[in-house]
Amino acid sequence: MSNLPFITLLTLLPLVGGGVLIAFGRVQAAQARRLALGVSAGALALVLAMMIMFEPGSGVLQFVQRLDWVPALGVQYFVGADGLGLLMLLLTALVVPMAVLASNRITERAHLYFALVLFLEAGLFGTFTAQNFFHWFLFWELSLVPAFFLIKLWGGPERGPAATQFFIYTMVGSVAMLLSFLAIFLATGQFNFPELAELSRQGRLGASLASKLTWAGLSPETVRFLVFGGVFLGLAVKVPVMPFHTWLPTAYAEAPTPVTMLLTGVMSKMGVYGFLRILVPLFPAELRALMTPLLVLAVLTIVAGAAAAFAQRDLKRMLAYSSINHLGYCLLGIFAVVKFTANTPALVTEKAAVLNGVLLQMFNHGLTAATLFGFVGLLEQRSGGRRGLDDFGGLRMVAPVFAGLMGIAVFASLGLPGLNGFVGEFLIFKGAFPLATWATAVAALGLLITAVFLLTLLQRVFQGPLNPQWAQFPDLSTRERWLFGPAVALMFVVGVGPQILIRLFNATALHWVTRLLS
Amino acid sequence: MLAWTIYLSFLGAGLLTLLPRNRAAAARWLALLTALAGLAAAVAGTVQFPGGAGATTLIKTRWIPPLHIQYFLAADGISVTLVLLTGIAAVAGILFSWNIEHRAKEFFAFYLALIGGVYGVFLSFDLFLLFVFYEIAIIPKYFIIAIWGSTRREYGAMKLALYSFVGSAMVLVGMIAAYVVAGHLTGRYTFDLTALAQVHFPAGFQRWAFPLVFVGFGILAGLWPFHTWAPTGHVAAPTAASMLLAGVVMKLGAYGCLRVAMTLFPAGVMMWRTEIAALAVIGIVYGAMVALVQRDFKFVIGYSSVSHMGFVLLGLMTLNQIGLDGAVLQMFSHGILAGLLFAVVGRMVYDRTHTRDLGELETMGLSHALPFAAATFVLAALASMGLPGFSGFVAELQVLIGAWSAFPTAGVCAGIGIVIGVAYLLRAVQRAFFAEGAEKPGKAAAPELPPISWPERLGAGLLLLASLVVGLYPQVLLNLIAPSVTSLLETMRKGGAL
Repeated sequence: MSNLPFITLLTLLPLVGGGVLIAFGRVQAAQARRLALGVSAGALALVLAMMIMFEPGSGVLQFVQRLDWVPALGVQYFVGADGLGLLMLLLTALVVPMAVLASNRITERAHLYFALVLFLEAGLFGTFTAQNFFHWFLFWELSLVPAFFLIKLWGGPERGPAATQFFIYTMVGSVAMLLSFLAIFLATGQFNFPELAELSRQGRLGASLASKLTWAGLSPETVRFLVFGGVFLGLAVKVPVMPFHTWLPTAYAEAPTPVTMLLTGVMSKMGVYGFLRILVPLFPAELRALMTPLLVLAVLTIVAGAAAAFAQRDLKRMLAYSSINHLGYCLLGIFAVVKFTANTPALVTEKAAVLNGVLLQMFNHGLTAATLFGFVGLLEQRSGGRRGLDDFGGLRMVAPVFAGLMGIAVFASLGLPGLNGFVGEFLIFKGAFPLATWATAVAALGLLITAVFLLTLLQRVFQGPLNPQWAQFPDLSTRERWLFGPAVALMFVVGVGPQILIRLFNATALHWVTRLLS
Repeated sequence: MLAWTIYLSFLGAGLLTLLPRNRAAAARWLALLTALAGLAAAVAGTVQFPGGAGATTLIKTRWIPPLHIQYFLAADGISVTLVLLTGIAAVAGILFSWNIEHRAKEFFAFYLALIGGVYGVFLSFDLFLLFVFYEIAIIPKYFIIAIWGSTRREYGAMKLALYSFVGSAMVLVGMIAAYVVAGHLTGRYTFDLTALAQVHFPAGFQRWAFPLVFVGFGILAGLWPFHTWAPTGHVAAPTAASMLLAGVVMKLGAYGCLRVAMTLFPAGVMMWRTEIAALAVIGIVYGAMVALVQRDFKFVIGYSSVSHMGFVLLGLMTLNQIGLDGAVLQMFSHGILAGLLFAVVGRMVYDRTHTRDLGELETMGLSHALPFAAATFVLAALASMGLPGFSGFVAELQVLIGAWSAFPTAGVCAGIGIVIGVAYLLRAVQRAFFAEGAEKPGKAAAPELPPISWPERLGAGLLLLASLVVGLYPQVLLNLIAPSVTSLLETMRKGGAL
């Protein structure tokens, strides 16, 4: 049983599902949705099985499969999952069925739509499990294409420019990252992440780059930083780190809401995942050297993201900026962990706690933001496409269950204790404070602004006098309760017992921090 | 086995001329069978190919003894790769010419003669023979464009022919000079490429002979600033001919650069490589930027060919194993993908809508009217922009790795070219197939277009499959290419390069 190639099966399942949908052509929308739901539920079952078989005590890669692919280029089919990878697989496997369920209004070319959603899922699974750059990049790009078409073909009025901007921005970053990795390959002859991390730990990565690359009279030091910069750019656009974020609000706002759930729930994690899997293990020295500007960027992302969200009148745009803000906390935590400190055992636990917080925050933000966008999608459906902050009012009276569940999700997003968002942010702030004091202090401002605009949202939409236009506003249907009920329940579960997730990746976090400090 | 590719093609061309007029269907089938037989011979030859570094002699007899000219056919991994490409492109081209009714038998006869010439160039190891085949390939090209072409066909055909002849003249001069100089030096006059490669030409001679021959061949490879024949020629040509022009004929040029110019004059390469690499990078970036602003759909693809061939030339100039591997792989990849792009634009879209103006196509909502064409173009565009999983990625990846070690700045500029490539392909995809304004009124306005026929589907499937196989498992070709590149580099190193 444990010899099953779990990860390969997991990646192939949605690919095959999508292929079947395309091959059978124009089936009924409901049939296509049911098939997509079945496939994504199957993927979820596989991930749950993997979680059961996973040995949480070990911080190393499990479910490893390794085959030579293109030996001349150092390309291997090399997959495996550690705590971080498994967590991301779980998040993907949870959010995709949610998005499929929320796609009940898609009727035009539905088979294509659901096929693309499944391809996107496969791309995400591949990205989160690949351990070889070539293989990883294949899936990184593969996930971009379905996302582009999902925005382009089913999006809002400005979908064309939004999709193009999204694609081009990401591509610029990807090409920069590709060039950097080619330089790394030239210097080391290696594309495998674990091996590269090991080289970096021994200090040999920088040395090989310096000795093998000469570029127009630039000093080896400069070349090394340029290579780092390329990788950083590729990941920063994806997260996004301000000021590389401008594609995001338009893309999130114009995408059909279920697709926004996928974009924010899972795709935005690809960037943070890349920071953890690639940038931190490969370039700790460079990160340390640039610590101050990086912390400034993280704080900017947090505070400016929150402030921008505060200024929005469109709910989707507000949540889009809020996503930027929430991922900023992850960056703050990551940089704090990397920061050079004296090597004391106390700090190891401290840093491991921050890293745990970052991973929790990734999961929580994925779950919460996807749910919130789902709710906004319902508001849009019921109001004929309106999603302005001031378009509603008093909905609590006619749709109490709707208001209650969405209220819980909002509180989870602003980090109320007892709900999922709190634990991750608390761990990050508690741990980051002694490591990067001023940055953490300023970043706390972001928490405050977030609270203000999210509460405003609740007030304007659900409180106050009932807008007579919406006197007939329907409450959640049974189907919708089945969609959002479990998601909200999960927020409580993680909020009260974060241990169920932390036990998955604590060993991984500890392992990484130990290696990083040694 | 491989030599049969040449004979079969010429045989097919000869048989076609014997057919009675107005038997278009028979001509098509005969041409298709010939091309399939050629492809089969190419595949069989590839399978039988012993591998390893050196060239395998296929046939070697005296031809014109007083001039020491031999009939010498041989193949190494590079030739085999390109022969395979030619076989695939030939079959696909015929499938996409299934609708030719006007003087069909002449069309296919010229077409097969062109293919035969191309096979011949890739398999000739005697310089004179290679030149003969090279010229044979130019003549039918002219007629195909002039008779069956579209926009400004006489102009396009003439421009193409003139550029080709100027290039040929330069090659001819360099070739004869090499023959004479080598004879003086060694006392043995020969056109045998393997023998000439062993000759140490004086540096002063190589200084002018190398650029002469390289540029002579480079014209056909779309070397900037001698590329201008390419877009006009591609646009004027009928679909199958554009596919062959971009897919195969441009490779003749690049192949000549590698096999003749670089092998014979390694010291000359060293003197000029920076300049040529700079031209290649300008071609990459300039071609992409010009493609970005075209209104004519076919010009977009035409300029994209200039840009992609820049990668081949850049890869050649890296003079390292990985860069040259990439260059040869890029020849294959571009051959397949350019063919596919031209097929969609010329056959699937233009033959149905009778316009290539992106502004007009925008109003037609083609993704609804021709979903298969839209899907094919999207996949081909993704492959062409270098998305991992398709052949373009592995090829450009290797060229870029090679460039990092030889010319880092050029590598980074080529990276910018890739980004612009994404932009123009995305623009073409959006405007031609997924334009916004037309969604609602467009459905009413769009004429009923004939559905995509089976030959077109087969052709598109064949090309996509080839790109995907090479993209996912590049080993199939790299195993052929790499040893030959190694031995080529070894020869050049002995000759004073590197």
